[in-house]
Amino acid sequence: MHKLASLLFAMGLAALLIGLATQLPLGMTPMGVGQAILERAPGETGSANIVTSVVLAYRGIDTLGELAILFAAATVAGLVLAPSIHAESQARTKPRDDAGLVLRAGSDLLFPLLLAVGFYIVLHGHLTPGGGFQGGVVLAAAFFVSFLARPARQPSHVGVVLIEALAGAAFIGIGLAALLGGGAFLQPLLDQGTLGQLVSAGSLPLLYLAVGLKVGAELSGLLAHLAE
Amino acid sequence: MTMNPPDLITILIVGGIGLVAIGAVGMAVSRHLLRLVLALALAEAGVNLLLVLAGYRWDAVAPILTGAAVTRPMVDPVPQALVLTAIVIGVGVQALAVALMIRVREAYGTLDIRELKTRVEQDICGAAGIAPPESANAPGGSQPYPVPVTTSRESA
Repeated sequence: MHKLASLLFAMGLAALLIGLATQLPLGMTPMGVGQAILERAPGETGSANIVTSVVLAYRGIDTLGELAILFAAATVAGLVLAPSIHAESQARTKPRDDAGLVLRAGSDLLFPLLLAVGFYIVLHGHLTPGGGFQGGVVLAAAFFVSFLARPARQPSHVGVVLIEALAGAAFIGIGLAALLGGGAFLQPLLDQGTLGQLVSAGSLPLLYLAVGLKVGAELSGLLAHLAE
Repeated sequence: MTMNPPDLITILIVGGIGLVAIGAVGMAVSRHLLRLVLALALAEAGVNLLLVLAGYRWDAVAPILTGAAVTRPMVDPVPQALVLTAIVIGVGVQALAVALMIRVREAYGTLDIRELKTRVEQDICGAAGIAPPESANAPGGSQPYPVPVTTSRESA
């Protein structure tokens, strides 16, 4: 009975969504805001990737809120998973199995490659698909792989928290610098440079670097908590 | 690709709506907490696909300027930025759910929703000092509260 009701509900939901979708001009979107952004973004931000202009320049405060949500989720997960007082003695005495030779050698090989790819994706966020969030996840994966291969060698929690805090402060600091310069909060700063060059688009690559470091530190801390 | 572009869009939309529907069924039917979170992730993927499709134009290219002059229109960048936000927040939600699940499993040794419900109800009733509920309409039995009045009457 319960299953029948939920099936009926899902069918109704699908019928409603399909009914809505047939009414919309999908595939030939009118794009009111989008068209204006496409026309103005290259001149205003100097970023070749227009999605990056939207994420960091036109919706910068939104991205700050997104970072705050991610921070809250990581903090609460760490709080929930913090070892309780009576469980701590058991967890500490339990010996950790070292991973095999293959995994250790593979992680040593992968670590610099993952770091390079991660920083490449972060630093080219204003030129190519990618950016701080995507590259940050790759950076977190780099540290998590080495953590999985050597469970005994804990990553330093203080270092992770420090990187996270400094990156978050840098993001807000760049926003405040724009405010001091007489512009709006998180307005793009600095020289725009030539479109398509690595050093271009003003402060957007710096913002994305802060985002990448913050996301990488948060996710690696979160994954380490989950693995413990 | 020999497919007519509008047909392709129809397939993608039906796929997105199908993912949402499968996720909804999974969330309603599944009795295991991990499967519930996986169903939520499926529904989320469907919603993200629909959001990207909302800004899609079948005759347009990705909104990234290359060196060549722009000859074709570009798709709407705003839904893509929105979906970027949605994906990141989805990751946060799932990580938090998994963290809570680990704690639930440690405390009760199971992730089955029905068993958890009875165990949690027993715990709550035990802490409140009342009998376990007989029906949903009378969660505390016929006399929901312990009787504190007698002592004050005796002293007065």
